[in-house]
Amino acid sequence: MTVFKGRTKGLTDAKLSYCPGCLHGVAHRLIGESMEELGIIEKTIGIAPVGCSVFAYNFFACDVIQVPHGRAPAVATGMHRARPDRIVFTYQGDGDLAAIGTAETIHAANRSENITIFFVNNATYGMTGGQMAPTTLPGMKATTAPYGRDVSDTGFPMRLCEILSQLEMPNYIERVSLLSPKEILKAKKAVKKALQYNTDGKGLSFVEMISTCPTNWGMDPLKAREWARENMLPIFPLGVFKDRAAEEAKEKEAE
Amino acid sequence: MATTRILCAGFGGQGALLIGKLVAEAGMAEGKFVTWLPSYGPEMRGGTANVMVVVSDKPVGSPIFTKMDVLVALNQPSLDKFAKDTKDGGLIITNSDLCGDPENKDKIKLAPVPLTKIAEEIGNVKAANMVGVGALLQLTGCVERKSVEDYLSHMMKEKNPALLETNMAAIDKGASYVS
Amino acid sequence: MGKKVLMKGNEAVAEAAILAGCRHYFAYPITPQSELIEYMAKKMPLVDGTFLQAESEVAAINMVLGAAACGVRVMTSSSSPGISLKQEGISYIAASRLPAVIVNVTRGGPGLGNIAPMQCDYFQATRGGGHGDYYTPVLSPSTVQEFADMAPMAFEIAEKYLTPVMILGDGMLGQMMEPVEFPDAYPPQKDPSEWALGARRTPDDRHIINSLYIDPYVLQEKTETLFKVYEEIKKNETRFETYNMDSGAKYLIVAHGTAARVAKSAVDALKEEGVELALIRPITLWPYPYDAVAEAAKGKEKVITIELSMGQMVEDVKLAVCGECPVEFIGKAGGVVFTPEEIVSLIREKIS
Repeated sequence: MTVFKGRTKGLTDAKLSYCPGCLHGVAHRLIGESMEELGIIEKTIGIAPVGCSVFAYNFFACDVIQVPHGRAPAVATGMHRARPDRIVFTYQGDGDLAAIGTAETIHAANRSENITIFFVNNATYGMTGGQMAPTTLPGMKATTAPYGRDVSDTGFPMRLCEILSQLEMPNYIERVSLLSPKEILKAKKAVKKALQYNTDGKGLSFVEMISTCPTNWGMDPLKAREWARENMLPIFPLGVFKDRAAEEAKEKEAE
Repeated sequence: MATTRILCAGFGGQGALLIGKLVAEAGMAEGKFVTWLPSYGPEMRGGTANVMVVVSDKPVGSPIFTKMDVLVALNQPSLDKFAKDTKDGGLIITNSDLCGDPENKDKIKLAPVPLTKIAEEIGNVKAANMVGVGALLQLTGCVERKSVEDYLSHMMKEKNPALLETNMAAIDKGASYVS
Repeated sequence: MGKKVLMKGNEAVAEAAILAGCRHYFAYPITPQSELIEYMAKKMPLVDGTFLQAESEVAAINMVLGAAACGVRVMTSSSSPGISLKQEGISYIAASRLPAVIVNVTRGGPGLGNIAPMQCDYFQATRGGGHGDYYTPVLSPSTVQEFADMAPMAFEIAEKYLTPVMILGDGMLGQMMEPVEFPDAYPPQKDPSEWALGARRTPDDRHIINSLYIDPYVLQEKTETLFKVYEEIKKNETRFETYNMDSGAKYLIVAHGTAARVAKSAVDALKEEGVELALIRPITLWPYPYDAVAEAAKGKEKVITIELSMGQMVEDVKLAVCGECPVEFIGKAGGVVFTPEEIVSLIREKIS
């Protein structure tokens, strides 16, 4: 039986500032719980991006820094190099990570910095009011794509897990979703695994969480989840794209 | 000597910059004020590589000069480019194997030295620049032979004693050629 | 002091930073600072330090931000176009009150410009450079020795006031070799545990580093606090050098960095002709030695500012002199460095 535990120690008592129905709170909780369960709250440094989660420094109970738009993986690199004994994670949205911060993301992954990147993908720029993101779906309307995203003009949604998994060095890449309790439990496992890998010094972990933005999508939260399931998951399939540590462990066992 | 301004120039790889470095190192060891300023960037490959060296008894204000006391020209393009910037009464040392006489030869002291040929005689054509160093030391006295030898010993006595010997032989040949 | 060694400015400042305890360096290649990044690549692994060639200048400065936030001595270097890219990060570092050292081995601009030495980044360096209401202390060396000495000095200022500090060299100082001596001891790092991330002193000692203050009144207060620090920096850290001041000169030369050392040669040359010139060389470009320049200009017939630009510092000179006497300008663009002879003839024109 699952017992409701109240608020995790991995989060502060501050009231979340997200819109009603937003799944950032769920993602925060998964990270907070994982930090608590792994006993790493005091030795973890979180990095807040620019985007809806810009205030994440108010919510995570670990040390947190707020950094320039898209640069979190570079900041995390500097931190990890300065304090290799600390767990460093970034928390980034799709605009931050996949548009302005693409270079930083790809290169941190290619170096397999011993950090975790949590990537919350809701196919929109939430904070600035629903502009088109690199992950906005074909035909999907946005304030800067008022007639729907025309892929012949603005390209196809970028699949970061797929792109990054082409690289040799990253340790762990998985895409999960936050659309149902079952999926959330699965997401929790991925989040915790990622932080465990970093605690063990295994290199870069990248966990993408498919999320929603009821406010900017103009839907109620439940409808938004349904919509995401129907429209986002076909383009962003869930699954493990890379798990080098697990493969290596398997190989060792085989030997 | 108050201040000596020397410009060394040649093709990249001829070792013009090293001539300047030896003079600067030796000058520093003698307690003089020195600067060594190379031309840098794309120009280093292809055209002429050159270095401006100042050796002085007082602090060096500008490492840059338009007129020099001494030009060491290892090839014809360098001589063509810089001969006119040598002060009247100044000194031009040329690699006579590769250079003719400069236009202003009547206004300056010209020391044509077959640097390449002498280096070949010693058995290492790469030491041509060292022959030039010998001529430079002998004709200007801007730094002592011993200071140059000390520096070269420090750099290569352990690693490559044979090369040290070749280099010193080249320096001495260069000196005796112009004396 | 150790033995004198002949070194390029780029290498000397890198060596001094390592000797001063800097063990983290992040940068991207660009001429004419390449010897600096290459020196770090070679030396950092030998002292168990971190050298990382970043994917861009933007990434490099953000790596600096991350390392600085963890309380280590960290440095980056670049040249003009690369420093432009770093400005976003420098603004965040300043706003987040983090110590870091940035070396700018300036080159010709605007645009890609060229790789010759210039002083045309003066405005960018001394006026904050990035977005927002802030300043960065700027040190201007004029010899290779001073370039090296400024590395520990920059770390000390950075840590004392929790601010990024820029060393504004140029391509000539970076490329030229001069004798350098390194001191035996360097100032120890100031304990960062009060604010650094990952440095809890008690289990509840949670540290947050942030530059976002959505409430205008809070941002106002934060900015005012920052400017109180700047007042302290102005009071304590303003540095300059004077030359030939007691000669009864009627004219004052103001120049910094490379231009100043060439100007010194011109002062010496004109002295031999019986023309006396006084010279003042700002060593800190921000804070600018306004009072010292004003004092030096007192009773002079003319002040002549010499720069390797179309005239940037001259605006500060005018602010300092405040109309007391005419301020003239001698400048050069494109990365062409004055020769002393040129300056002598240009000064003659100005004072005849």
